Amino acid sequence: MLTVRARKRLPHFTLEVDFEVRDEVLVLFGPSGAGKTMTLRMIAGLERPDGGEIRLGERVLYAREPRAWVPPRARRCGFVFQDAALFPHLDVSRNVLYGAADRSADARERLGVLLGRFRIGHLADRWPSQLSGGEVQRVALARALMADPDVLLLDEPFTSLDAEARLAAQDVVLQAHETWRIPFVFVTHDRAEAERMGDRMLFLREGRQVAAPEPR
Amino acid sequence: MIDWSPVLLSLRVGLSALAVIVVSGTLAARAMTRRHFPGKDVVDGLLVLPLVLPPVVTGFLLLVLLGRNGPVGRLMENAFGVRLLFTLHAAVLAAVVVAFPLMYQSARAAFQSVDARLEDAARTLGAGEARVFLTVTLPLAWPGLVAGTVLSFARSLGEFGATVMVAGNIPGQTTTVPLAIFFLADAGDLRAAGLYALVISALSMVMVVALNVWTRRRRPGWMRR
Repeated sequence: MLTVRARKRLPHFTLEVDFEVRDEVLVLFGPSGAGKTMTLRMIAGLERPDGGEIRLGERVLYAREPRAWVPPRARRCGFVFQDAALFPHLDVSRNVLYGAADRSADARERLGVLLGRFRIGHLADRWPSQLSGGEVQRVALARALMADPDVLLLDEPFTSLDAEARLAAQDVVLQAHETWRIPFVFVTHDRAEAERMGDRMLFLREGRQVAAPEPR
Repeated sequence: MIDWSPVLLSLRVGLSALAVIVVSGTLAARAMTRRHFPGKDVVDGLLVLPLVLPPVVTGFLLLVLLGRNGPVGRLMENAFGVRLLFTLHAAVLAAVVVAFPLMYQSARAAFQSVDARLEDAARTLGAGEARVFLTVTLPLAWPGLVAGTVLSFARSLGEFGATVMVAGNIPGQTTTVPLAIFFLADAGDLRAAGLYALVISALSMVMVVALNVWTRRRRPGWMRR
């Protein structure tokens, strides 16, 4: 279970979040600039909160009192970035392998399974610049899961996809959640996507957590 | 036949200076792109200053620093019994100081052009800072670092103003090609001066062409598209 209680001063408001995620998909929903991405970055250790506590299962990833700080490399938080952030100088299979602990036969086998699972096996030798938007995000997903994370954070991963590719990509994420059964935190500003993806929804506005808005 | 010793001296000075410049320029650029501290702009200005100062002024400052009564010169003489002025070491030092900003600026621009999210992605995949630098930052900044290396090597090969101030003109010891050209031309031996000019032009041309060919051949697939 992921427990997030964090506060961070931002230029225009103070971000305050307090929520728990079990082995479910939690959607962080809200207009742009509401602090959704910052929340994910604090969970992953890419930003330091000003106060609060972040726990993942038994592990304390961040706490103000008593001080605790786990660096991002040791947090086991998978992160899928908005524009995927694939390494442009590595081909698809080396991108996915980046998160593996070693280059053992076991890692190679898991690579094969992941490439097959996300239907990117035929792209193994391609460069990221040669992939379509949907393929890029499937590679990003496989790369994040290759590192065997305890939680997966997805930051508006499908904003650049057209409607059809977006539906397909959403299915891929939901199926992956069925398999991995770890907490997923999915950020979006799209209401339809939020309703489709989330077991639960959290609405953020100017850094404040608001009750989930009534469906229109 | 011409006397080849200035050419060999120039290459020695250029390569020695390059070794110092590539390491220090890359590290300084890395530190300055990642860290924020008060007075950063002033430090940055000092590092780039030799680029805009006339080389003679840089040489004069070095002369004051390294001289028998200068702080660095006195320290070296008292602690190690080493005299720097009018030796090849001084020529190397002059080349380092004058050519350093070219490496530093290229490297800094190269590091700044690397998308910070790629480094973040590597961190979330379990990479420590050293691995992030070696496997993500360095490969992506590579073209800029190579450009800086070539520029600063060419600059140290041709360094004259600062070198003449601190290294003087001792044939076979500190007379590099640019110094030889100046003093030969000054003495009216235009033929010998012209030969050296030809040698150094040919050398620079070969370097630039070789680098162009090498970068095109070595260019990885992801850049070629």
